[in-house]
Amino acid sequence: MKNNRTEGGAIPLQMDPMIPEGMKNSLNPRHKLWRRIVAQRHLQTMALLGVVWMFIFNYIPMYGIIIAFKEFNIVKSISEAPWVGLTHFREFLADDNFGNVMRNTLGISLIKLFIGFPLPIIFALFLNEIRSIRYKKAIQTISYLPHFLSWVVLGGILATWLADVGIVNHVLMALNVIDQPITYLAEPKHFWTIIITSDIWKELGWSAIIYLAAIAGVSPEMYEAATIDGAGRFQKMWFVTLPSIKSTISILFILAVSGVLNSNFDQILVLRNSLNDSSSNVIDYYVYQTGLLSGRYSYSAAIGLFKSVIALILLLIANQVSKKINDTSLF
Amino acid sequence: MFALKRKTTGEVIFDLANNVFMLCICFITLYPIWYVLINSFNDGKDAMLGGIYWWPRMFTFKNFEAVFASPGIMQAMWITVAKTLVGVVAHVFFTAMVAYALSRKDLVGGKVYILMGTVTLFFGGGLIPSYLLIRDLHLLENFWVYIIPVLFSFFDLIILMTFFREIPEGLEEAARIDGANDWSIFLRIVLPVSMPVLATIALFHGVYQWNDYFTGMIYINNESLQPIQTYLYRVVAQSSSSQMMVAVQGSALTKTVTSQSIKLATMVVTTLPIVFVYPFLQRYFVKGMMIGSIKG
Repeated sequence: MKNNRTEGGAIPLQMDPMIPEGMKNSLNPRHKLWRRIVAQRHLQTMALLGVVWMFIFNYIPMYGIIIAFKEFNIVKSISEAPWVGLTHFREFLADDNFGNVMRNTLGISLIKLFIGFPLPIIFALFLNEIRSIRYKKAIQTISYLPHFLSWVVLGGILATWLADVGIVNHVLMALNVIDQPITYLAEPKHFWTIIITSDIWKELGWSAIIYLAAIAGVSPEMYEAATIDGAGRFQKMWFVTLPSIKSTISILFILAVSGVLNSNFDQILVLRNSLNDSSSNVIDYYVYQTGLLSGRYSYSAAIGLFKSVIALILLLIANQVSKKINDTSLF
Repeated sequence: MFALKRKTTGEVIFDLANNVFMLCICFITLYPIWYVLINSFNDGKDAMLGGIYWWPRMFTFKNFEAVFASPGIMQAMWITVAKTLVGVVAHVFFTAMVAYALSRKDLVGGKVYILMGTVTLFFGGGLIPSYLLIRDLHLLENFWVYIIPVLFSFFDLIILMTFFREIPEGLEEAARIDGANDWSIFLRIVLPVSMPVLATIALFHGVYQWNDYFTGMIYINNESLQPIQTYLYRVVAQSSSSQMMVAVQGSALTKTVTSQSIKLATMVVTTLPIVFVYPFLQRYFVKGMMIGSIKG
């Protein structure tokens, strides 16, 4: 057939001026499609470069997950490794560290969710009530600053502050709250507090950006109407501002819930040490420890997959719940 | 019209309390950074006595001299600068290029490409499969491990694509009539009018490149290829402070600096460039964050 020849690509490179508009439409649709692709070959090149990148750096590692079901050996290829089914997953559930790792991961994340999630909203609500625009902008700029510090630098600051000769011990001892200096980073019972406080300190202003932007979109007429009805500042915050940014809050909450198994790995890695391991070992760290430090690749990949699957399920649940309650969802 | 209305007592108290609250937040935000700054400008031996809270007690530049005299620290700084510059240019250009193609409604297969990218937002291979890939690509102990695996980001693509779709079609049409192809439209029309969003992505990726220490830690053993954050990580987390003093051994500096004071000075030097850049890009990234969260 005539049209099959064109698959070689040589003929359609130039549009045939002899075929009138009406007849083109009656041609084989595959022929038409090919012509369109050739016509936009520059555009297709741009898109396909991205697709090739995603194939290599996103999809090949996804295929690599199958080592979780195999006994992978570093000197052989993935396909040569023997299948072992769910052995590694069973092993993780029976692992002595399983309970502890899950407790730390969920504990830290849930506290972050219940304290760290509402705080930026509260900060945004109150910052919005500042009358002077220049003062408001200055506060905002200052509040972003910690976001731009690396966790390594912040880890260095914390190590300085929390050392036995550091400022925290100095102040607490001067106030007679404690009578012995405490080596905070060496004691497991202080680890969660350090992690959560430093995370809030670093991201409070940055997380508030999105809420402030949403608040800026609330119509001033709503506030004027509330003022006429005799609403005070708190009432306006509660009955006008907050409901107006409800959908933004919902979407960020869905994302936060689906991320409860994600620890801030950069943060944990900087602040953890062998002394506080019992309260600092989280799934992400355990994957790193078993995989890259101990070389148990298959086992580590299984733990990683276990985490990804639960995170995906949590995302779908949170999305559905939000859809039902709020009519807001990601998809 | 607001000036005519007198504030009620309740309002006055509210404003006062709110201002005090905000000042507290500013103080809590700035003080830890100020503390590091004044201690980095203080004589190292003297700082060990503690008690420096508001102002340097023995002001000196010696700690910074020690930082700039250390070949190890300067090499690591150079790697950081190089990976940030190369990384930002490559990432922004490559991601914008793909984003432009995907922003075009007439792109054949566009829906499939976008679906393929959306999957990567919610599911990934994880640490070990990625490590094995990097190894197989011979990127271990290679400078390009900082650039190529983060050349593209579908999340950034969404922000860029949203912006590109708002560009008036007339601009592109006019160029097309003049005979421009898609490449020259992208390079000469789309990129120049998209500076705000490109600046946002450049800032996000620049901060990532500048602050990332993990890549240098797991893929690179060769110290001369490690960025400053990885170098600092080894000093901070593994307390290998002796490394800091190696730099100044045998020089007159050992009389005044300590490993702690050099560490603080290094932290200051590492952080300053970003602190000076971000306030100027503020109005751009607020918009970028907004698009990112709504579409992402």
